[in-house]
Amino acid sequence: MPQSQHPIELLRFNTCGSVDDGKSTLIGRLLYDSKSLMEDQVEALEKSADLTGGGTINLANLTDGLRAEREQGITIDVAYRYFATPRRKFIVADTPGHVQYTRNMVTGASTANLSIVLVDARQGVIEQTRRHTYIAALLGIPHLVIAINKMDLVEWKAERFQEIRDEIEEFLPKLGAFRDVKFIPISALNGDNVVDASKHTPWYEGPPLLAHLENVHIASDWNFQCFRFPVQWVNRPNNPTNQKLHDFRGLSGQIASGVIRQGQSVVVLPAAMKTTVKEIWTYGGSVPEAFCPQSVTICLEHDIDVSRGDMIVGLEQLPGMESNLRARVCWMNIRPLQPNKKYFLKHGTQTVQAIVTRIEDRINFTTLESEPNPAALAVNDIGIIHLKTSKPLIYDSYATNRLTGSFILIEPGTNATVAAGMLFPPTATVKLEYTDFAI
Amino acid sequence: MSSYHLDHLQYLETEAIHIMREVAGEFERPALLFSGGKDSICLLRLAEKAFRPSDIPMPFLNVETGHEFPELIAFRDRRAKELGAKLIVRTVDEAIAKGDAQPAPGEISRNKLQIPVLLGAIAEFQFDCAIGGARRDEEKARAKERFFSFRDSFGQWDPKAQRPEIWNLYNAKVNPGENMRVFPLSNWTEMDVWEYIKKEQLAVPTIYFSHERDCFRRGGQWLPVPPPHTDANKPDPYEGARPKPNEPIKKLVVRVRTIADMISTGMIESPADSVDDIIAEVAAARVTERGTRADDKASEAAMEDRKKAGYF
Repeated sequence: MPQSQHPIELLRFNTCGSVDDGKSTLIGRLLYDSKSLMEDQVEALEKSADLTGGGTINLANLTDGLRAEREQGITIDVAYRYFATPRRKFIVADTPGHVQYTRNMVTGASTANLSIVLVDARQGVIEQTRRHTYIAALLGIPHLVIAINKMDLVEWKAERFQEIRDEIEEFLPKLGAFRDVKFIPISALNGDNVVDASKHTPWYEGPPLLAHLENVHIASDWNFQCFRFPVQWVNRPNNPTNQKLHDFRGLSGQIASGVIRQGQSVVVLPAAMKTTVKEIWTYGGSVPEAFCPQSVTICLEHDIDVSRGDMIVGLEQLPGMESNLRARVCWMNIRPLQPNKKYFLKHGTQTVQAIVTRIEDRINFTTLESEPNPAALAVNDIGIIHLKTSKPLIYDSYATNRLTGSFILIEPGTNATVAAGMLFPPTATVKLEYTDFAI
Repeated sequence: MSSYHLDHLQYLETEAIHIMREVAGEFERPALLFSGGKDSICLLRLAEKAFRPSDIPMPFLNVETGHEFPELIAFRDRRAKELGAKLIVRTVDEAIAKGDAQPAPGEISRNKLQIPVLLGAIAEFQFDCAIGGARRDEEKARAKERFFSFRDSFGQWDPKAQRPEIWNLYNAKVNPGENMRVFPLSNWTEMDVWEYIKKEQLAVPTIYFSHERDCFRRGGQWLPVPPPHTDANKPDPYEGARPKPNEPIKKLVVRVRTIADMISTGMIESPADSVDDIIAEVAAARVTERGTRADDKASEAAMEDRKKAGYF
């Protein structure tokens, strides 16, 4: 890891595929071949190879960290790995392919810039392939890689690669907009086209996987439109001895989208009060502007009552403010979704109560078709639901804003996170009936 | 648009600040675990960035094994005072005296005994959340840890029943008696920590830098020779951790890469006496940071087992 002269970008990606598609082996290979593995890790691998693997090093043991995983040879939970090249730093979420653990894929993929879907060249496209590609599309992941693995076991045949590619390209248009999709023939076990180009694929003109990860354009993945600032914490020093600190009243949070400047007009919701930004306070001093996803503290010109859960927004395009919502959810709990049951809904920095009033549809993962009016959503189901909340949400559609358009549902009592939700566009945006704020 | 760009450290920082503020916004009685080690030093700066100009809205908590490097304790106390924070210290010795902790026969390390002390402090102060400096790149079991890691009323971690964490929406709900462990540095690597220390010009305890020290070889590691036993009326706290006749003492130029206590920390031979030197050393390192931790070498699942019992 040589020191770099220029700022290093961070790329977050996740790997998904079915059991035995070789996800953990692929990550092990990326770490091993990019020299990101340390001697004691290799030594531990060799030690467990002697004990349990009949002497063969199992690269999957690098990420399968828990005892049950090594015993059963599966990945139970999302494992995070870190490696760097001189160009980029990488955060890898290794997400399991086991059907019952699909919720972990949603977890691992929700923060990713890029998803790698692994396909076993011998088996071709299976239900899990469709499911994982579909989830990546639903979560709005901009970049997709289809890594067709175990090419060595189909004698590196270009025809087989093309066959699988054609099948995926046939259903991709149904899934909506990936910014880019790359198909790469690999052998994770032997390292072909992972870090180094393979000599077995003269017919493949693209880059090996790592080169693609280093070069894919991610600078525009963040949303710099429409300022949104969910208030996390009211910053009031209440210092009795220092007058300046005594009067300080800031609103701390992380910018969910857009750019904010000192002197800019903003609206505080749900109060619908218009004011201007007096100061953007940071530990290093005041700054003239700040942008997504920076964490800052905003001081407003007027002394408006603002608390955690409120949102400060720019004037250029206002969000929706509604309590009847329509959303696509991934159900994550073994107890199925129950209509008319109360859940907690956490959206941004606000938690409200919510009731599911209707289940509109459920996705059939074999056909990727919508099945209307199902009786319930079971674990790992994805469908559209209607909700009513105890208080209006201030939100955007997930398609335009990943952070103000998403929520989770929490089951009261167990406190389990039971669903991940993505909101459809509001039926109307906030109507402001204010006159300019005046004291 | 290109000017709106965060490099990897700025990204990790804003993520960690967001998590710190979620803790302040969601919990009634949080605490911040501060040992004086490099990771928790970063946590303190992040807390300053998250909460200033207000006071940091939570006390600091530290569990002492009784075998600490004196430099570390002095640094910890000084730093807490500088930041105007309340520092709560609970010790394994007190817990043994009260009968809350029992050393296993023949076990010298007090690493596992920290568990009942930590759980005792959480119960004593009714903390519903404790922020820690653990990182996922440290260890295989840690790699599966959530930012918000739920612990039941026994303090246990159940890796198979973790709450999914989606986007930046953290489920912070706990019932009375349960608690949350929160790890803002989850996505940081050892290199990120040192680069952040450099960027923020953070002071660190002197034992991170190269110095002369009496050491002896045991278990493939250079262990520090414990301080002399002075009080003959009390049992030697370092019994079993002193060099045996067949373990000759050598004066070496060493530093620590990771700090547990004097019993569990292997010293590395190193001339690095500045943060820049350390960054160069980490970049060239061929073993992991915790490769020098005796507590992790007990078995392949040593960390997993301790975490399930309530450890960090």
